[in-house]
Amino acid sequence: MSAQPIVSIAGVSKHFGAVAAVDGVDLDIRRGELFALLGGSGCGKTTLLRMIAGFETPDTGRILIDGQDMTGVPPHRRPVNMMFQSYALFPHMDVAENVGYGLRREGLPANEISRRVGEALDQVRLGDHGKRRPAQLSGGQRQRVALARALIKRPKLLLLDEPLAALDRKLREGTRFELVRLQEQLGLTFIMVTHDQEEAMSMAGRLAVMNEGRIAQVGTPHEVYEHPRSRFVADFIGIANILPVDGGRAWLALRPEKIGLFAARPNTDHAEQGRIVDVAYEGDRSLYRVGLLDGSMLLVSTANVARAPREPWPRGQEVWLGWAGDAGQRLDE
Amino acid sequence: MRLVIALPYVWLATFFLLPFALVLAIAFGTNNPDAVPPVDLGASLKNFTLLFTDDLYLAAWLGSLRIAATSTFVTLLLGYPMAYAIARARPSLRPLLLMAVILPFWTSFLIRVYAWMGLLASNGILNHVLRATGLVSDPGTILGTEWAVHLGIVYAYLPFMVLPLYASLEKLDTSLLEAAADLGASPITAFFTVTLPQSLPGIVAGCLLVFIPAVGEFVIPDLLGGTNTLMIGKVLWDEFFLNSDWPLASAVAICLLVLLVGPIALFQRQQAKSLERQ
Repeated sequence: MSAQPIVSIAGVSKHFGAVAAVDGVDLDIRRGELFALLGGSGCGKTTLLRMIAGFETPDTGRILIDGQDMTGVPPHRRPVNMMFQSYALFPHMDVAENVGYGLRREGLPANEISRRVGEALDQVRLGDHGKRRPAQLSGGQRQRVALARALIKRPKLLLLDEPLAALDRKLREGTRFELVRLQEQLGLTFIMVTHDQEEAMSMAGRLAVMNEGRIAQVGTPHEVYEHPRSRFVADFIGIANILPVDGGRAWLALRPEKIGLFAARPNTDHAEQGRIVDVAYEGDRSLYRVGLLDGSMLLVSTANVARAPREPWPRGQEVWLGWAGDAGQRLDE
Repeated sequence: MRLVIALPYVWLATFFLLPFALVLAIAFGTNNPDAVPPVDLGASLKNFTLLFTDDLYLAAWLGSLRIAATSTFVTLLLGYPMAYAIARARPSLRPLLLMAVILPFWTSFLIRVYAWMGLLASNGILNHVLRATGLVSDPGTILGTEWAVHLGIVYAYLPFMVLPLYASLEKLDTSLLEAAADLGASPITAFFTVTLPQSLPGIVAGCLLVFIPAVGEFVIPDLLGGTNTLMIGKVLWDEFFLNSDWPLASAVAICLLVLLVGPIALFQRQQAKSLERQ
């Protein structure tokens, strides 16, 4: 029955006052995938996650988890666990007590609880921190305690609310890989909420881009990046040049790295002449703003594969831009 | 700058330490009704030994502790749900509800206790109502019993319980309750494993704020309790004003202070601990 989705969301809406936080969402999450809900603040991604956990009740529609209708099922009876953005560790309990909290609610014998708590702490490399209080831990350690506490009940589905947002940049990169490794090792389904597109792209197997309570597009990171279905998605994910085509009846979303810079007219499907207006040197790549003859502006990025010259295309330089016929995505909306 | 620090200390030394030293000196003296004031200073331990050997004083000590303890417990049972409800009420409603808790302070304490006399007397309002409803034909009198003392203490000190409880419950991070629910705790289990331990500093603060003054309470047992309600505050008053035995009254006062230093120290340690935790 692995074809049956682990979560099935059908026609779900949620209003807060007059504001529609989630507006008619249909979504299936497959068993064993790492799925990301991606969007800006107020797009409804967190509300959707909280409805899966049971902290919010949908106004309309229903949510099925593992084929079971969750309507009217309180959070403490749902087969899901959540890792909170603030981690929500119990300050009056030590690390081991925090991690064992869920097992104590199941009424397991004390020796089994302590064995499984030990295993869970080892899994997140905190084996010798069991007696510490949350206040005595670093941000990264707290995050791992929260993860261990959510995973110890072996849920079929783990919900992660901005799991990396509270970590500093260096730690975030390492933790990304660790979360993905854990998800694959345990064979669990993760649903992650994030506002960070880089995080969603690098971690998720599939992702949903949300905007104003609706799902703008669902797909693999590659599909969403290379085949955006709307101007919103093209603009939200990465950088896109959006050019009017067919006399303004449609648009072309063209990524900056799909455009080449040339000294003379290139032999590509499309070629335009322009002048470098601005250069942003980012180390691994440079981002150029190029003014075309018709006055429009295009962003072009090139990888800095060679160490010299320092500035291959200086500001003010006359250049040719060239791109292939299939380099961009045609958008009708 | 120095003046700002020095002035309050001078004030404390003059109006707290000096009288306290006088009381201490008198406690070691002997009673002399013919002197003015009625005391011969000395180094006698007679007053203190009497306090610990005479049954009357022992009974008064124990009575005070018992009555203070039970009323503190009842105040906690009443105050906790109140504080909880205020902390969970709509934010716009909370100031109004808190105001209602503090409102009795706007009337003199003494007058409020007198009002209870009017309520509880044998021909008071409570008995009128009881008779009018026909529930009880001869209700008896609560006034003058230990029940009335308990009632009075619970009523008078309820705000001191509610306010610290509210302060600690209002701070409670609701995501902790969600985390508990997420891990399989029913609302009741979440209350006992998260809300209650998290509000422990408020419980300790509230209980001590009620218990400490209740032990030495004089007005309530004097007005609402009968002659057979023995509380140490009342004994102190009687020794001083009825028997004019200043040395003995002073010894009672010193012992009361020493007895309450324990709970106060506990209170301060708890405060320091909760500060540390943040």
